[in-house]
This record gives sequence, structure tokens and C-alpha cells, in this order.
Amino acid sequence: MSKAIQNILDHYPAAVFRNRKEHILEKGGDKKEIAANSRTIPGIITSRGCCYAGCKGVVLGPLQDVAVIVHGPVGCSYYAWGTRRNKAKGRNGRNFVQYCLTTDMQESDIVFGGVKKLTLAIEEAVELFHPAAVMIASTCPVGLIGDDIHAVAAEAEKKYGISVTAYSCEGYKGVSQSGGHHIANNGLISKIIGKGDMKVEDGKFRINILGEYNIGGDGWEIGRILKKIGYEVISVMTGDGAYEELVNAHAANLNVVQCHRSINYIGEMMRVKYGTDWVKVNFIGIDHTVKSLRDMAKYFADEALIQRTEEVIAEEVEDIADDFEQYRKILNGKKAVLYVGGSRAHHYQNLLKSLGVTTVMAGYEFAHRDDYEGREVISTIKEDADSKNIQELKIEKDPEKFKMRLSQEEYDKLSKEIPLNYYAGMIKDMPDGSIVIDDLNHIETEEFIKMLKPDIFFSGIKDKFVAQKAGVLSRQLHSYDYGGPYAGFRGCVNFAKDVAMGITTPTWSYIVAPWKKEPKLTGEFAGGNQ
Amino acid sequence: MLELTPKKYKERQALRINPAKTCQPVGAMYAALGIRQCMPHSHGSQGCCSYHRTFLTRHFKEPVIATTSSFTEGASVFGGGSNLKTAVKNIFEIYKPRVIAVHTTCLSETIGDDIPTIIGQLENVPEGKFVIHTNTPSYVGSHITGYSNMVKSMISYFSKNTGQPNGKICVISGFVNPGDMKEIKRILKIMNIDFIMFPDTSGVLDSPMTGNFEMYPKGGTTVEEIQDAGNCSDVLGLGAAAASAGVRQLNKKCKVKEHILELPIGIEATDAFISKLSEISGKDVPEEIETERGQLVDIMIDAHPYYDKKTAAIYGDPDTVLGLAEFCFSLGMQPKYLITGTPDPSFETKGKELFDKFGAKDGFVKHAADLFELHQRLKNDKVDLLIGGTHGKQIARAENIPFLRMGFPILDRYVHPYMPMVGYRGAMRILELMLNVLMDKREADTADEDFELVM
Repeated sequence: MSKAIQNILDHYPAAVFRNRKEHILEKGGDKKEIAANSRTIPGIITSRGCCYAGCKGVVLGPLQDVAVIVHGPVGCSYYAWGTRRNKAKGRNGRNFVQYCLTTDMQESDIVFGGVKKLTLAIEEAVELFHPAAVMIASTCPVGLIGDDIHAVAAEAEKKYGISVTAYSCEGYKGVSQSGGHHIANNGLISKIIGKGDMKVEDGKFRINILGEYNIGGDGWEIGRILKKIGYEVISVMTGDGAYEELVNAHAANLNVVQCHRSINYIGEMMRVKYGTDWVKVNFIGIDHTVKSLRDMAKYFADEALIQRTEEVIAEEVEDIADDFEQYRKILNGKKAVLYVGGSRAHHYQNLLKSLGVTTVMAGYEFAHRDDYEGREVISTIKEDADSKNIQELKIEKDPEKFKMRLSQEEYDKLSKEIPLNYYAGMIKDMPDGSIVIDDLNHIETEEFIKMLKPDIFFSGIKDKFVAQKAGVLSRQLHSYDYGGPYAGFRGCVNFAKDVAMGITTPTWSYIVAPWKKEPKLTGEFAGGNQ
Repeated sequence: MLELTPKKYKERQALRINPAKTCQPVGAMYAALGIRQCMPHSHGSQGCCSYHRTFLTRHFKEPVIATTSSFTEGASVFGGGSNLKTAVKNIFEIYKPRVIAVHTTCLSETIGDDIPTIIGQLENVPEGKFVIHTNTPSYVGSHITGYSNMVKSMISYFSKNTGQPNGKICVISGFVNPGDMKEIKRILKIMNIDFIMFPDTSGVLDSPMTGNFEMYPKGGTTVEEIQDAGNCSDVLGLGAAAASAGVRQLNKKCKVKEHILELPIGIEATDAFISKLSEISGKDVPEEIETERGQLVDIMIDAHPYYDKKTAAIYGDPDTVLGLAEFCFSLGMQPKYLITGTPDPSFETKGKELFDKFGAKDGFVKHAADLFELHQRLKNDKVDLLIGGTHGKQIARAENIPFLRMGFPILDRYVHPYMPMVGYRGAMRILELMLNVLMDKREADTADEDFELVM
């Protein structure tokens, strides 16, 4: 164990020490396996959220034509209202992203059960809004009192003739947001994806974008580039996404996966059910965007598409080159720490590298080992009491809609060239000597900042001001501090500009008052004034 | 914007849309941050603590430190006792607070965790340190209830009447910003009154940039002060919804004479506050305060053409909404809609009293209401000004109504937590901000030839 890591762990009582040392490693050191997706110890100031946050907050919330009703006391729905920057334009006058719908359970609902209230709430929502679909997300007490939200959903679906689905994503399930992603994925694959009539057509460049939540408009920027090349986006899961598009997701020829952690289940399940392959992409950073576009073109193996891809790349890269260089000069030589959810801590490293910024430490809030070490370790991950509580669906081929996209020969050849149904994880891309950390907590944040002296700490709102009070610039990589988009080529410039702004703002020079940094220049001669 | 909101209003029985309240625990967390060296602890799932810290951080733009019992499914089945015990041990060892202030969540309340018993079984509480708790079921009341419950618990755990009067007045601050708490203290100091005030988040959630992070900034009321509150002669609660539970508890437990006042927003409520301070302390109101009052009245008269008879809709927390409404009335404005999400029938009674007092005939006041309903009503009867926290900005945009951000939460602006809305100085600030939005709107709607240099 490196001295730096040892120093941090020395802050802990024995039991915490034993736990936390498994969640930290140094790239290139002896320890290769990182503990992840396991419980946070009670009392530790973690940044993690809950299952509900992952299910409703992340995956279901961005769907703009769905009335997502949160069944529970008011808070959970309130906190997930307009707080994640999953932008949506709304279509046909429907944009539920601006709304917060909840049963606002009261004491009597907890005592006597909330089924009646939920049933009525659905009726009121359908009458008021005529949504394309209704989704019900339950919060902690609902699981305990045993309201059967699935039965309520089935009943309502019959009554109103629209899709009504239920998600038992009580906050206590799993160990972080991650369990909630899985629950949302399970619901979407079993009840929604594939319900439409659209057919798969050979020779079309139809794709779904999975795990892109349109934070700060990222999805729109990615969509712009893909359309320019000639792709047809069937559905986005789920940024500015729509129920009405999700139902035809099975008709895509390829799935591209941006955030592996939150949506890989759907990627895998669609492969089994519909034969749709997925390719891991990363539209953050110039090099990775270029590589992702080329990988996609390779999958379709169409000469015109490959050529168009190269033209668009050349055009877009040329467009941003001067601006990017201007900010690279400012940022070159800086050091960064990244602590974000389940993909951004990896995705931004390449972009930072292009700007001359070294990542000295990176970690995920709710990742699994495969997000760190690559999908090859999945078979070796041991189940525990918490992970067993999240249902693993048994998926079968859809007899009508399943269609192999590639021959075995094509598949084998392509697997060697592009990340086909594969994610290599974060660690492989990190420089030797850098630190990898899972579920970074408060004291570790404070101490690592002192020790590693990064110039920029990329994280979220809960630790942003901790870093800044310590004099280190912090930029939120969940919300982009209300800037963005950061994806695609133009996004690189937006990002570089925002970070450079933070580094160069004159305010940093005022932290220490002048009378504290300069010796007193004036004095009086002994004897006083003449 | 908000295109799904129909103009036609229909009463709803079950569906809450765009709430004007949140849940108890976040209020308890905020109150606990007003104790010096206190670690608020959320006894429930991680998500609660994460959401609450996020929410408060977004309002204050400051680090909000709190811990969680990190419930898993196992804890939800077998009870959270062992999680809480582990948490307390780790918190004292790692974060070294003086006090751990536990609040519950809908999860631990539904399970029925008996917190006092668990606290009684704790073996690792260091000498001179404390674990206190309050029950904050999210399915009862609102964040205001949670704040009020935590304040009451501070008294239950700490305050003692030792039989030796301390010659001080106790003030229980309402649910307000650090800037307000600082202003209340400033007024008390000018009045030359010895006081104990809690909770006090000034110095905690408005801490300066020094280049060093402090987990426990210098502010907050000390445990000793809260203990000594039991020896005060009088206790003043500022705002009935947020402060009366604490006031009553201090009266019940320590026989401190109780006074429940309005949150001192605007001229009348501040007059009442100052008069009460003068009456209790037997001290004359100093010239400095009279000057501030006079300045406020001067500004009110100077600027009245720009706000006179303007109609307003005000939403938010009960004490704040009533305070702002009264101030608007005293300016000669016409508040028409008063809405709180907090379930509190007395809000309606007080709102109606205000309408009656100022002769307003068609005023609408409702507790346990939501912003969706307010929006529907405004679609049918537009007002000149919307006042409340950030969540109303969509309505303001949809209906093109000038919008004054005031109250809690304000997630989309800066500086506000540092500045007061209470007292005469606070009233001046409200007036300045209000005039800015009203006059900006007037200018935005003005033709070039009518565009004035001087106003």
C-alpha cells in the first residue's frame, strides 16, 4: 500500500480501516482488485444516494411524455424535481420534466395503506394530463407497509388503456443509486421496449443511444453529430427521451452505450431478446468522440458511412481546434481529481489529458467492479445479501422480433477491433501511480486534497464547497455547474472554457487579506512623531 | 413552460403536483446545524441524507455536513439500532463533533425504531459529548415541522432551570437564513439586551473563504447556552409555525415566560418585535433603531408610486408568507393569494385575519396547497407580482409575472443567505428587490418614447 493511502486510512477506527482499504488502490501497484458496490459503513459521510434516486431520479425522470408518480411522502419527489439538468423540449405539448407528481403520503396512508390514494392519484393524473404512459416509483415506507403498486398499475393499465408500470425502488434497496438503475432497466425491458410495431430494416443506420441523460444538452449535441453523419436515432435512454420512442427501440440496428453503469443491463438484455449488439462509446473528449464515431461506422461496415464519418470528424475537429488550443495553453500542466457517478470519472480523463491535465485520482460513487476493471471480471464478482435483493431478469429471445445483426464470423472479427458488447473499465486508461478510489467519502476528500494538491476537483454539489473552502477549484461534473453541453466536439471547448475560467478567475488571489501576507511597512520612530 | 397545466381548476384528492413544501428531516438537519460543533445525523436510507445535504447546499452554496445510518434492506427488516450504534461510534471517532443530533426519516419511523432506547444503550459517547434526537416522520407536516421538532428536542435534552436567573432573554429563531439570524442578534445587541438565541446558523452556513475547510465553523449556539436557556426570564419565538413548539417546551420544562411573535418581516411585525423587546427588558428603544425605522418609512413613502395597489401572490413557509403578506398590505399593495404547502390550519385563520384587517375582500388563503393549484388560479386571475422561493419561477415565466425570490428555497441566485429579510433593514432589502423587479418589468414593457431616465 502506498504511503499516501496509508496516511489517509490512519484516520479510521479498525473496522472502517479494514473496509476502506479494499476500496482504494494505486494503479500499477500490487493490488489489482477494487471493492465496489458494497455497503457504506453507517456514520461515514458518503456522497451516495439511494435506489429511488437511481431509478426515478436518473433513469425514469428524464422521459418527457411520462407522468412519473412518486408514491411516498413528499420529500423524495420534491428533491428529484428539476434538480438534475436532464433537459427536455417536450413534444406534443407534453413535458413532464417541469412537473413533480407525488401521492404526498400522510400518516393515515402509512397506517391504513396507500393503495387507495395511489389509485386515485393515477386517475387524477390521467384526467388532467393524458400522458403517453404512467410510471409509479415507490419510496421507502411503501415497501414496508406492503402497498402492491404493481397490482395498482395493472388495474390502471386496463382501466385507462395506456401503459402503467410500477417500479419498487425503495431507497433502502441495494447499496447506492445503482440498484435503482437496475430496477428501472428491468421495468423498461420487460414492459415497454419492444411494444411498438417498427421493424428492423437492414441497411439502415438506426441506433438507440443508451445511458445518455442530456445533462446540459449533451444528448442534443451528440444527436446533432450523429444526424450529420447520417444516423437515425430511434430512442434515447433516457435524456429528452420519450415513451413513444422507447417502444420501438427494438427496431434499432445497434445500441450505443454512453453510461455503462446505469444502462448496461438493457444493453445486455436487448442483445438476448432482440439480437441488438451494443458498442461502448464515449462522446466526451475529442479522441474518444472520434474513436466512438469510427467504431460505430465500423459496425455498420458501410463505405459511404465510413467516409461520411471521416468528413464530419475532420470538419468538426477543424472547427474547434483554435478555441481548444487557447484553453489548453491555460490548463496545460494542471492536476485533477475526479469523483463522479458511474462513468464520468472515466469519460473526462481523456478530455483532460488532451488539455494537458493529469488525473491524479479518480473514483466512482456507485460503480461495480466491472466499471473499474472491465466486464471480464463480472463472472468473478461475488453476490452478497444486498446485490441479491435486486432482481436479475431471465430474458429469452423474442420469437418474433429477435434478429441476429452479424454473422458469427463478422462478430468475431469485429470484437477484436471495437468494444462490442464490452466495456474495458476505467483503470486501464489511468496512468501508473494514480489513485483509484471507490465511494470517496468526506475525510478522504479533505485529506487527499491536502496530499495530492490538485488544481481542480471535479465532483458534485455536496463536496464542491468543501474543496473550494480549502482553496481548490471545484467543478460539478453531475450538473456542469449549469454550463455545457460538454459532450461532442463543441462540448470540449465549452468544458475547457469553463475550467479555464475557474482557474483564472482573479478571486483566488484575494483569499488571503493583504495585511496577512505583507509585513507592516510603516512604523514610528521611537519617541513618536516630531 | 408548464403547458400541461390547464386553466380550469379542479379539486384533487390524492395527487400532489409541484409541492410548496418538503419533508421534515431536512428542517431538522437545518436546525441542528445551528448548534455549534454539531453533526446532524439522518437515521434512514443514504438517499435522504444525500438529498437533504444537496438541497441545503444548493440554497446556501456552502458545505452542509451530515451523516447517515445508511440503511440497507436488512436494517429495514431487523431495525436500524445496530446501524445507529455503529454510526455514532464512527462519527465521534472520525468527525469528533460535540453533539450528534439524530433525526428520523419515514423509513425508520415506519419500522418503529425506538431512538431514545437505542441512545440509552450507546456505550461510546465520550465525556462532555452528547447524542440528542428528534422524531421527524416525513409523512407528517413539512420541513417546518422538522425544524420545530428539532428545536423542541434541543430544549428537552439540554435546557435546565437551575434556579439561578441569568438575566437574559431567550430567542428562538424561526426558519430563516443566517443573514436573518445575524440581523436578529444585531438588533438585540443594539437594544443592549443580553440574550441566548438558537438555532443560530450564522457563522455556520455563511462562513468566510479562508483557504481552509472547517468541518465545524465558528458559528452556532453552544450546548452551554442552550442549557442556560432554562434560566432566562422570557422566551420569544419568532414565527408561530417554526418556533412555538420550542417556546412551549421551554415554558413547560423550565417555566420561562413565553411569547410567540410573528416573524419580524416588514414594518408592523418588526414594530411588534421591538416593542416586545422593550417591554420585556424595560429598556427604551435606542435612537439607532428609530433611525432605521425612520429610514424604512422614508423609502416607503418615496417609492410608493411604483408598488401602490399592486396585486401579489405569495407562497412558501407559513411564517414567511404571513410576514411578507402583512408587509405588502402595509405598503398599500394587495396580496390576493397566500399559499403554503405546510399543513397548518392556523395559517388560513391568520391569513383571513390579515385580509380582514386590511379590508381585502377577495383574498384567497390555503394551507396544504401546492404550486400547481396556485398556477391554475393565477391563469384565471393574474397578479402583478409573484413572491416566493425558486420553484415558482416557472409560473412567473409561463404567465409573464414579475418574480421576487424570497424565502426558502432559493436555488438559483446567490448572496441571499447572507442578507436579512427581517427587521427594518430586512424590510428595506425586500423593498429594494421588489422595486427592482416591478420597475424592470415596467421598463421592459415600455415603448421607446415613454422610456424614462429618471423614475
